[in-house]
Amino acid sequence: MTRLSADVAIIGGGLIGVWSAYFLAKRGQRVVLLEKDVVGAQSSGTNFGNLRLQGRFPGQYPLSLRSQALWEQIETLIGDACEFEATGHLYFASSEDEWRKVEAYAAVSESHGLTIEHLDHVDLRRRYPWLSDKAYAATYSARDATANPRLVTPAVARAAKGLGVTIVETCRVTELRTGDGAFSLATDTGLSIDCGQVINCAGAWALAIAEQFSETAPLFPAGPPQFVTEPFPYFIRPSVQAVDGTVIFRQIPRGNVILAGYPRTAADPVANRAPVPLAKTLAAMRHLGAAVPALESCHVIRVWSGIEGYLPDMIPVIGPSLTTPGLFHAFGFCGHGFQIGPGVGLCLSELIVDGETQTPLAPFSIGRFTGAVEADEKFRREFDATPAAGNKP
Amino acid sequence: MTRIVIVGAGPAGINAAETLLAHGRQPILLDEGRQAGGQGYRKPSPGLRLDMNALMGSEASKYQALHERFESLRGQIDYRPGTLVWGIDGKTLHLQQDGRATTLDYDALVIATGAMDRIAPMPGWTLPGVFGLGGAQVALKDQGCFIGRRVAFLGSSPLLALAARQYRALGAEVVVIADTTPFVRKLAALPALLNSPRTLLRGLAYLGGAMRAGVPVLHGVTPLAVAGDGHVESLLIRDAKGRERRFACDAVALGYGLKPETQLAELAGAQLAYDEAFRLWLPQADADGRAGDGLYLAGDGMTIGGADAAEASGALAAHALLADLGIPSDAAAVAALRRRASRLRAFQRGLSQAFAWPVAQIRALPDDVTLCRCEKVSLGEIRQAMAQELGPTEVNRVKAMTRCGMGRCQGRICGPALQEIVAGVGNIAGAEAGRLRMQAPIKPVALAAAKAGAS
Ligand SMILES: Cc1cc2nc3c(=O)[nH]c(=O)nc-3n(C[C@H](O)[C@H](O)[C@H](O)COP(=O)(O)OP(=O)(O)OC[C@H]3O[C@@H](n4cnc5c(N)ncnc54)[C@H](O)[C@@H]3O)c2cc1C
Ligand SMILES: Cc1cc2nc3c(=O)[nH]c(=O)nc-3n(C[C@H](O)[C@H](O)[C@H](O)COP(=O)(O)OP(=O)(O)OC[C@H]3O[C@@H](n4cnc5c(N)ncnc54)[C@H](O)[C@@H]3O)c2cc1C
Repeated sequence: MTRLSADVAIIGGGLIGVWSAYFLAKRGQRVVLLEKDVVGAQSSGTNFGNLRLQGRFPGQYPLSLRSQALWEQIETLIGDACEFEATGHLYFASSEDEWRKVEAYAAVSESHGLTIEHLDHVDLRRRYPWLSDKAYAATYSARDATANPRLVTPAVARAAKGLGVTIVETCRVTELRTGDGAFSLATDTGLSIDCGQVINCAGAWALAIAEQFSETAPLFPAGPPQFVTEPFPYFIRPSVQAVDGTVIFRQIPRGNVILAGYPRTAADPVANRAPVPLAKTLAAMRHLGAAVPALESCHVIRVWSGIEGYLPDMIPVIGPSLTTPGLFHAFGFCGHGFQIGPGVGLCLSELIVDGETQTPLAPFSIGRFTGAVEADEKFRREFDATPAAGNKP
Repeated sequence: MTRIVIVGAGPAGINAAETLLAHGRQPILLDEGRQAGGQGYRKPSPGLRLDMNALMGSEASKYQALHERFESLRGQIDYRPGTLVWGIDGKTLHLQQDGRATTLDYDALVIATGAMDRIAPMPGWTLPGVFGLGGAQVALKDQGCFIGRRVAFLGSSPLLALAARQYRALGAEVVVIADTTPFVRKLAALPALLNSPRTLLRGLAYLGGAMRAGVPVLHGVTPLAVAGDGHVESLLIRDAKGRERRFACDAVALGYGLKPETQLAELAGAQLAYDEAFRLWLPQADADGRAGDGLYLAGDGMTIGGADAAEASGALAAHALLADLGIPSDAAAVAALRRRASRLRAFQRGLSQAFAWPVAQIRALPDDVTLCRCEKVSLGEIRQAMAQELGPTEVNRVKAMTRCGMGRCQGRICGPALQEIVAGVGNIAGAEAGRLRMQAPIKPVALAAAKAGAS
């Protein structure tokens, strides 16, 4: 049996874990990061790659914008751009009703200093002639961006390792004990860790850890299905999203179009599976064809999904434990944790080293789940009512 | 009534259909191709007149017989040509037919999807003019055209000599038959090969014919490069004596045996296990082809056995299905089929040693060789990704990091070589390198098909 000691132990080598490790190491902390599989193989490595600023939860803008500033310097920070590109993001409405909703989102974004262009039908025809003429109007934010999720987490992990972080893969944390202001962690490989503070950023698996400290949240796993086409001549620069949620897509410069659409499907974190029902593949294809008629001759070649933790109010838990000093939670990113990942890591490092952060995190407290839980308005139609039959295991 | 669907109208699927029909069951038979017959017994396109007797040689009578049996069958079953099965969701097949996406529910499924070429990359293999060996045969049988006028056959497969014979029979020049397996390994495989003396003799006759016609037949070669300016102009190899030899040619047919098309079996719930002799992941089934509840496998899609074994295993799978439905069938016939299939498969195991997958050669390939041609990923990129800190050690992670296997063919072509590279770099067993996971669509599906299917 091996024992390690550290200032901070991080449970989970997703994007949240590796960025936390990186910023803590920069502040001189001794960090051990434990990952049950390999770093960046779960949500953080399978996501759509969107770094969207438009249409976020209003209370998240300070965090989001701080995070985007980190994304914008990613190459300086870790020595690898990971295909980061400020592609811009187009949010389109197909009716006047929808348009009111998009404009309301835009008003929030603008109040936080984001520059939003308002494009009416004529502007859309002129600027994006490939977009279906059923698109009524849209807003465009140039600062919204994309990056390659498959590359980012391992690249940040390497940078963190370069700063002295100990990264242990294929090592699952099974048990945590606390006493005298310190923690001791047991793992399934026999390795144990003594440390002063712990970050629980175990993604869709995080509840098992929180519950060891008598804390809970209505976390559930789901996977947004993703699809990709064969390469097609590059002509779609921004990420494009229908506000009704039927389709979101982007084209990468090598030509493939990546698309996704609601509703999300159930995922199984125990069997580690997130099957994509084929009816969804067909539905997503129809929605993309309707949005961009020129793509109709294009073929879908591959599909996948991931296992993401969701909460009914569609915002994450970020911040200190309310039962256990020294423990910090960051989980339940509800399908938008890629964009805020670096910011969350930075804030957690500040909470741990300075005891506070300039970024307001109050809305994300785990304490909000002590009373009755309010389901978000968008919530119901964005998830399958029943778990997917899926492909047989 | 139980709905029985057979995927694949090759010798395995046709025999399954025939057996079911003989016992009063009418299956639905789906095949992506426009004509029945499968790969080996492929028919020329309608309107194309080809001398199939010359082309099929000693197998002409079997070819004729299979097609005649199919013709007498087709009116009595629900045969749907031009129908691709691109996915399976529970007990629903997802099809693409006439440009439309549709579905078909089943109770029992026989998967007889056959095999495709296994390819080992080499310098220059992505040059126009390099074909899979099977592709070279498809061009000939289906379209009546050669892949070139002067063709080099390279790889390690009994089909090299067969295809070369077919090319010569129809008038093409064969410049070399170059096999990477040393002659001594062929001798060592003889005991297993004696399981099917007739096939063995046929193979030897093809080689003898080529040699008498002055075609160089080489064993134990190392492929060095396919060279040419925008198109194949020559093939460079090192022969067993260590001499470099260049053969001028305008096309190269590459083949290292066959690789079962296991995607549908996997989606239908079959377990896959790594086979050390073939160095491939094969679906698991009992001797009769049972692979799960209501799931049966037959033919080369289950394990490589050749056309005769495919015929036997198709009938066996149908008998198993009938037995599971409680329909009695002829025990003596089943026992005979089992013996036949198992003998022929033992022969193929012998072949897999006599015509070995060149593991060491693949692992020794230089960095600048393209491994994944869909995504243009070189061997060097794979090695580099694996060598870096926290680098991937298993094929799916290598794919995620490098895009190798992510393109149109979904790793059907580069997968086996990727497996060897990953195992080699990681110094681990083939099985430990993992298996590229499959998700539908197993072949690309057009957006327009989804639209047409909904209307
Ligand atoms: C298909 C898909 C598309 C998405 N698209 C977007 C998008 O476009 N934009 C966006 O902003 N967000 C998107 N998201 C969400 C985003 O990917 C996630 O919110 C984010 O990656 C969460 O990071 P994480 O580190 O919390 O989780 P994860 O990446 O899941 O990391 C958690 C890690 O903890 C490990 N772990 C769990 N339990 C233990 C244990 N006991 N011991 C050790 N390790 C453990 C897991 O193995 C895992 O690697 C998407 C998500 C999915 C699935
Ligand atoms: C290209 C090629 C050429 C060959 N040439 C010869 C030869 O000349 N002589 C010889 O002895 N052997 C040859 N072989 C080997 C021989 O074909 C096989 O041993 C034999 O055909 C196996 O029969 P089968 O019924 O198992 O599969 P096959 O004959 O391969 O039949 C499988 C059928 O399934 C169909 N299919 C596959 N996937 C799907 C799907 N997803 N949806 C719908 N339909 C599907 C295919 O279209 C095909 O018709 C060749 C093999 C290949 C791959």
